[in-house]
Amino acid sequence: MARRQQSADQLAVTALKLRMNLLRMLKPGKVGHLGGSSSIMDVTAALYFNEMNFDGSNITDTNRDRLLFSKGHAVLAQYAALVELGCIGREELGKLKTLEGVLQGHPDMEKTPGIEAVTGSLGQGLSIGVGMAKGFKIDKKDNRVYVICGDGEAAEGQIWEAVMSASAFNLDNLTMIVDRNKLQATGSICDIFPIDSYGKKVEAFGWHVIECDGHDMNAILKAFKEAREVHGKPVAIIAHTIKGKGFPFAEGVASFHNGSLTQQQYDEALELLNRQLEEVASC
Amino acid sequence: MLKESLRKAYGEALVEQGSEHSEIVALEADLGKSTMSCLFQDAYPERYLQMGIAEQNMASTAAGLALVGKIPFIHSFAVFSTGRAYDQIRSSICIPNLNVNICGSSCGLSDHGDGKTHQSIDDIALMRALPHMTVLAPVDAVETRKMVKAMAEAKGPSYIRMSRADLPVLSDEGTPYQIGDTPVMRDGKDVLVIANGVMVSIALEAAVMAEKEGISVKVVNLSTIKPFPKNAVLEHAKGMKGIISAEEHNIYGGIGSACAEALSEEKVSLQIMGIEDIFGTSAAQYDELLQKYGLTAEKLFERIVKANKEK
Repeated sequence: MARRQQSADQLAVTALKLRMNLLRMLKPGKVGHLGGSSSIMDVTAALYFNEMNFDGSNITDTNRDRLLFSKGHAVLAQYAALVELGCIGREELGKLKTLEGVLQGHPDMEKTPGIEAVTGSLGQGLSIGVGMAKGFKIDKKDNRVYVICGDGEAAEGQIWEAVMSASAFNLDNLTMIVDRNKLQATGSICDIFPIDSYGKKVEAFGWHVIECDGHDMNAILKAFKEAREVHGKPVAIIAHTIKGKGFPFAEGVASFHNGSLTQQQYDEALELLNRQLEEVASC
Repeated sequence: MLKESLRKAYGEALVEQGSEHSEIVALEADLGKSTMSCLFQDAYPERYLQMGIAEQNMASTAAGLALVGKIPFIHSFAVFSTGRAYDQIRSSICIPNLNVNICGSSCGLSDHGDGKTHQSIDDIALMRALPHMTVLAPVDAVETRKMVKAMAEAKGPSYIRMSRADLPVLSDEGTPYQIGDTPVMRDGKDVLVIANGVMVSIALEAAVMAEKEGISVKVVNLSTIKPFPKNAVLEHAKGMKGIISAEEHNIYGGIGSACAEALSEEKVSLQIMGIEDIFGTSAAQYDELLQKYGLTAEKLFERIVKANKEK
C-alpha cells in the first residue's frame, strides 16, 4: 500500500472538497464545530492524501499510519476526509450527530469507520498517540502516528505529561500538529489563558519544533518532510491557522467554535466553494 | 495462620504471564517497588514503561498501547490509579472497551502510615460505575495469582485492588478459578456474610465467635465485584435469616451497595458494614486503623447476632 502522492496544487483542490463536505454536515441551523474543523482542514488533507500511509479501502491494515484528533471537536475535518476516501458513506454527511448516523459529536472508534480511538475529553489524545508510537517501537514497526492538538487544549496538564514522555521514549515516529488558530470556545486564547511561546515550550521538553503556515500546502508538505528526517526525538509542527478558514463570515470569529450557519451564510459559503472549485477545474 | 504478600504474588504472576503473553507491557508511575511491578521490569525491561509520576498520561498511554495490540497493566496505589486518572480510564479506556488492566496497590487503609490522601475508600465505587469495567479484589496471594492470569486472558478493562498487608492464605492453589466465582470460605445456615479482601479473615473470626453462641455463619468471598455475581449471591442468600456485607471501603458505592442493588427485590435483610463515609488517617499499625473504623471481628459478631434475630 503506497502513500497517496497528491501534489500541493491537487491537495488545495482536495481541501476545497473537504470544506464542501464540512458544509454538507452543517446545514443551516445545525450546530457544529465549524471554526476548529476548518482551521485544520488543509493539514488534514495533506495528511490523508499525501503524508500518511492510509488506504480508505483497507482501514484495518496493521501497517497503516494512525491519525488522532486530540482536539476531538474538530473531528468534522476527519469525517470530511474519510468520506472522500470512501471509508464513510456520503449520505452520512447529512446525519451528523443523529441517532440514525455514524458521525458522533466527538471521535468514537466504536461508531465510525476510520476513527482510531476515543478522544474529545481534551488532553488525552496525545497520550494515546504516545502509547501507539511506543507500541510500534517495541514491535520494531515503521508505522507513524500523527496527533492533532488544539492550542487552547494545551491548558490541559496531561498534554505536558505526554510531551515529556514522548521525548523520554525518543518517539521519532510521533508527530504532533498544533492547530494554532489562537481562538478557543469563548474568545481569544491570549485574553482567556495565555499560552505563548508554544514552540519554545515544547522544544524545551526535548522535541524538534517546526513552525509553518497551516494554510499553505507547500509549507505543510515541507514541514512533514522535515519531520520524517528527524531521528531520536518527537516532532511538533506548529501550524499557524485561521479559525473558520475558507468561510469568510466565520474567519477569526470565536462564536463559530461551535455555532450554526444562517441560510444566507450557508448559501454564501456554498457559492464561494462552488466558484473556487470551478476555477481550479478550468485551469 | 500463614500470611503471604499479595503484591509480591502479583508481581511474580505478572512476570509469569509476561512469558505466556508477549503482548503484555507494564506501565508504572514511580511506585514499582511498592506495587512490585519492578519484578516485571527485571524480567522484561524492553516491555516496561516508566511513566514518571503522571497517572493520567499513564492511563491514556495504556489505551494507545492496547489499540496497537498490546495488553497493558498499569500500576499505582489504588487511590491514584483510579481517582487521579478517572476521566482517562473512562474516556480513553472504558468507552472503547480496551484491554487495559489497572492495578490498585495498597488499597483501603492498608497504607496505614501515609494517611488519608493515600488510603482508597472510594476506588470500588469509582470503578464499579464504569460500563465495561471488571472489578476484582483478591482475598490472598493464591487468589491474586489466579486473577492476574484471568486478567491477562480476558478482554476489556479490568481493575484489581490489593492490600499492602500480608494476608492469611485462605484459598487453595489447586482449585480452578474464573472471574465471577464466589468461593464459600465457611459454610453455615443462619447468617450470610459477604466479604472480600482483608474482611474475609475477619469474617471467619467472627463466624467462630458466633458458632460458640450457636449461630451458624456462611462466609462468601465476593472477590469479583463486577460483573456482580447476582445469581450466585441470591443462591447463597437462600434461607438465611440475614445478610451482612463487610468491606474495607466506604459504605457508599462499594460491595454493600452492590449487594443492596442485587437484593432490592428480595425479602431479606441486609446490613452494610464498612467505612462510615469518612476519610482515613495515619497510624503506626494497620490493625489500629481496622479497629478505629470498626472493621473488626467483634463488631461483625454484634451484627451477626442482630441478623440472627431477624426472622
